Amino acid sequence: MADASHAPAGLYWPGSSVLHRLPAAVKLLGLLAGVIAIALIPRWWQLAIAAAGVALLFAAARIPLRVAWSQLRPLRYLIPVVAALQIYLAGWHTAVTVCGTIVLAVALAALVTLTTRVTAMLDALSAVLRPLRRVGVDPDRIALLLATTIRCIPLVAGIVAEVTEARKARGLGFSIRALGAPVVIRSLRAADALGESLAARGADD
Amino acid sequence: MSEIRFESVGHRYGDRIVLQDIDLALTEGKVGVVGANGSGKSTLARTINGLVTPTAGRVTVDGLSPAGHGREVRRKVGFVFTDPDTQIVMPTVAEDVAFSLRRSGLGKAEIARRVSEILCRMGLSDYADHPAHLLSGGQKQLLALAAVLVREPAVVVADEPTTLLDLRNARRIAAILATLPQQVIAVTHDLTLLETFDRVIVLDAGRVVADSAPGEALRQYRALCDDTGDDTRENTYDAAEPAHG
Ligand SMILES: Nc1ncnc2c1ncn2[C@@H]1O[C@H](COP(=O)(O)OP(=O)(O)OP(=O)(O)O)[C@@H](O)[C@H]1O
Ligand SMILES: [Mg+2]
Repeated sequence: MADASHAPAGLYWPGSSVLHRLPAAVKLLGLLAGVIAIALIPRWWQLAIAAAGVALLFAAARIPLRVAWSQLRPLRYLIPVVAALQIYLAGWHTAVTVCGTIVLAVALAALVTLTTRVTAMLDALSAVLRPLRRVGVDPDRIALLLATTIRCIPLVAGIVAEVTEARKARGLGFSIRALGAPVVIRSLRAADALGESLAARGADD
Repeated sequence: MSEIRFESVGHRYGDRIVLQDIDLALTEGKVGVVGANGSGKSTLARTINGLVTPTAGRVTVDGLSPAGHGREVRRKVGFVFTDPDTQIVMPTVAEDVAFSLRRSGLGKAEIARRVSEILCRMGLSDYADHPAHLLSGGQKQLLALAAVLVREPAVVVADEPTTLLDLRNARRIAAILATLPQQVIAVTHDLTLLETFDRVIVLDAGRVVADSAPGEALRQYRALCDDTGDDTRENTYDAAEPAHG
């Protein structure tokens, strides 16, 4: 937890590949189409071909293996559970396809986050949401909400790391219960301060 | 320079009086505010751009009150906070600075130009695409300052901008603040920061107790702190008396 660089969201990997330069909206639509296609694939060998395709895309975007792996790391707990369940319920064949589908979908989504600046993503989102303006939704506000939510991940991770270290410094071990109160209080205070700085920067104007 | 005017400003949180009878007209380029913890410095600074609305009197910036002309005042007044972490909004350095111009109506190319110019001035050019939350504390504060300056405010209010920084980074921020073309109102406990300032205001328990050139004001502030030190010593002595008797 101490290393916030593993925060899954908002990790942009700078580059100038075709994938980096593609408009965010195109990538988001491509992601949608890709995930649907992968979900519809019935055979494991077809999935293997799709996997090779996704790997090629990562290579084209020049994402180092280490970075790609850090995106899939969170799945290491989920996949064994899903696999065990599927083998028990439907056999190893289905288990491979289901797990493969999950891994590939997450990999594709990661590829989009790695090659797209959040600003570009928010602009695309604002554009997509523009028609909702008529029913009173402010697309810029929703984009801002998303940006601050993404920002809160490393912020809260940092707070958890600090509180854990403070406990360690006092010779106390890790405890979820003892962590709760200080983390919540400090997070609320940080949220307050973030709100103030947003207001001061004219986010509301 | 702008004119920041306080007219019989007072503020209370519930029963607690935090500011009282503040009458000031700040027109100097560099104004420092010092005072003990809890003396009301942050509250005073926050009234300038409307983050706090005083419960008595009024504050104006070039005649505009933050209560009535919030948007104009916030355009004029940039605010740098103590904790750099809670001033960062976007994931990467350049995006965070660009965020300040999101609603400016400027074109993408112009925004990019201004962002890279200010990052260059702050020595952060190499970090443009770097995740902002992984910067060092000093770099984060430079980023926060960049995000404020890119809006080209007329006034920069800074509330203890160097408190969380090491000596080297604190000096760097101080040097930048001291040489800004903008009017700067800086709240600080770092008295060396104020040596080159034009005017220093000393607050004590919500009142202005000194207001002059830095040499004189800081001398009075130090004297004030020494008095308080004597009080503590007397108290300890008193408490120890019975044991002797
Ligand atoms: N939101 C609030 N609600 C209630 N009381 C507050 C609030 N903010 C500040 N205070 C109180 O107002 C007084 C002045 O606070 P302020 O933050 O302006 O002091 P300061 O001079 O900036 O102190 P420091 O040097 O510690 O930053 C303090 O006694 C503080 O406890
Ligand atoms: Mg303060």
